[in-house]
Amino acid sequence: MSNITPHPQPDALGHFGTYGGMFVPETLMAALTELAAEYERAKQDPLFKEELDFMLREYVGRPTPLTFAERWSEELGGARIYLKREDLLHTGAHKINNAMGQILLAKRLGKDRIIAETGAGQHGVATATVCARFGFKCVIYMGEVDMERQALNVARMRFLGAEVCAVTAGQRTLKEAVNEAMRDWVTNVGTTHYILGSALGSHPYPMMVRDFQRVIGEEARRQILEREQRLPDYLVACVGGGSNAIGLFHPFLDDKSVKMLGVEAGGRGIRRGEHAARFEGGKLGVLQGTKTWLLADDDGQIELTHSVSAGLDYAAVGPEHAFLKDIGRTEYSYATDAEALEAFQEVSLIEGIIPALETAHGLAGVRKLAPELGKDGLIICNFSGRGDKDVAQAAKAIFGEDVFG
Amino acid sequence: MQNRIEQMFEKLRTEKKAAFIAYVCSGDPDTERSLEVMHALARAGVDLIETGVPFSDPVADGIANQMAASRALNSGASVKKTLATIKRFREKSEIPIVLFTYLNPIYSYGFKRFHEDAAAAGADGILNLDLPPDEEEINEELLQANMLLNIRIIAPNTPAERIAKIVKSGAGFIYYISREGVTGERSELASGISRQVTDIKSHTSLPVVVGFGISTPEHSAAVAGMADGVVVGSAIVNTVAKHSLSADLADRVYNFVKPLVDATKSV
Repeated sequence: MSNITPHPQPDALGHFGTYGGMFVPETLMAALTELAAEYERAKQDPLFKEELDFMLREYVGRPTPLTFAERWSEELGGARIYLKREDLLHTGAHKINNAMGQILLAKRLGKDRIIAETGAGQHGVATATVCARFGFKCVIYMGEVDMERQALNVARMRFLGAEVCAVTAGQRTLKEAVNEAMRDWVTNVGTTHYILGSALGSHPYPMMVRDFQRVIGEEARRQILEREQRLPDYLVACVGGGSNAIGLFHPFLDDKSVKMLGVEAGGRGIRRGEHAARFEGGKLGVLQGTKTWLLADDDGQIELTHSVSAGLDYAAVGPEHAFLKDIGRTEYSYATDAEALEAFQEVSLIEGIIPALETAHGLAGVRKLAPELGKDGLIICNFSGRGDKDVAQAAKAIFGEDVFG
Repeated sequence: MQNRIEQMFEKLRTEKKAAFIAYVCSGDPDTERSLEVMHALARAGVDLIETGVPFSDPVADGIANQMAASRALNSGASVKKTLATIKRFREKSEIPIVLFTYLNPIYSYGFKRFHEDAAAAGADGILNLDLPPDEEEINEELLQANMLLNIRIIAPNTPAERIAKIVKSGAGFIYYISREGVTGERSELASGISRQVTDIKSHTSLPVVVGFGISTPEHSAAVAGMADGVVVGSAIVNTVAKHSLSADLADRVYNFVKPLVDATKSV
């Protein structure tokens, strides 16, 4: 066995191998350095962990079940499939694990205003929720296109007291929302904490968001050992920025027998501007503070992306995923819009659980993998979020109906 | 041989004048007229031109510069064309040029190759908005290619010990961002500029120029009294935007910039 640990902590500037880092304007360096230092202090502080654990248990709803998908496993005729039910959390997705961790950190930092970007709206809702709970001012940046396709979440954020700012630049989706959030932060850095929602951006975010999401994998590992008395053969999760995936994967990295599959958004197919599968059609570059795999043209301009799922519709992948792929620890595939919608329908019909469209990409990965692994196989798929927010869009795609007129 | 930037500041030091630095986005509104705009800036007497390399995701820029980059990209701008434009400008002018850029376009072009080609085209310095010295030191492929002077940025919230570190890796001049925020016109100057410039100068003998939010002759004259140079960007970019369809774009830019230069030199 190799004695090289497959998951070193990143270095002081947040590098995972050649990836990650702090590629930010000088105006943000002081804030990021302060954040990284405070996060290190919080990690050592038993009271911080105690408060976070308490809030996760009593408010967020942890631990989540690990549900055996009995009928679906049978239907696919292969591996036994377990679903890690992050959809059952308060606000309906894994995003609140990180939002809760960061709001407690913002309290320590003495900031009174919170900003965040959101794609599918789940991170925006989670952030607006913790801001309401702890009495912070909250501004959420969201692309205009995403506001349309995730109108339900926009309304939820507003109920929770957040100001939702429409971003009209570029292709008006997640990437532009991150740009606007960064501009806001540069301008208001003295009073404001930026709750970034994925394992992306400048250090310390990829490491910190991962740590706050690790609870998914820690629970899943304990639960599968209780239920099956063995480790799974595969972990599967969708990958946009990659926070739900890294949260599930990370606690299993030392378990050499456990393979890990991240599923990116294949959109309408792997053609320029039609997808968001960075490992499939991307290259090494620097975007929004981090060095990683991304979709860019020959001139280094960031390319348009497409996915039926707003949460995966993003041009760069979290740097730790790029690192883990390089060292051969994780693998990545993609699911097209059509494959995700098929999985969405199948799991809704067979298991009675309606997934988020993001989650449906992971499920589409499982649909291919389960039969290949055979009856002895064991899979855990991160059921990262529930599909309520996607009802209008999915109904249109599946029934051709405009449910909300 | 001394770099054009160093020569320019040395000359101004003997004349006891501040430099006027103009920012424009390369390729805005298109390649040909962007070159005309550069010549108009030269005619108006600017001491240095900062040429923005258009990027799809300029996170440190306000709306004026974002729109400029998108006009440029829509008209077919590229890193290659930016360098070609500088080369053509050099046929007629010796005004120093600093490339104002984000990392990804030049990373994609090839970091070292970009430095070589830019220097060959006649650029003198590079200001990389999202490449802090910390990263440059440790990423092998970013090891300083030293054909261009590395212009460093210092922000109002940069701690003293970090200022000391940054200036060590800088050359040509230090660009002090006078306010927290993105680029853009402001009606009021930021406070504390004079004290900050003095602070920075206690760490370095490099000239210190001030930018972000400077848009009027009054601002320019005020800053010229406190620093070695004045940078005006968004206000000029907005002028380009406003007259981008006019045949007399270059004259409009000249007419806008000349009073700024004069005000800077009046101090």
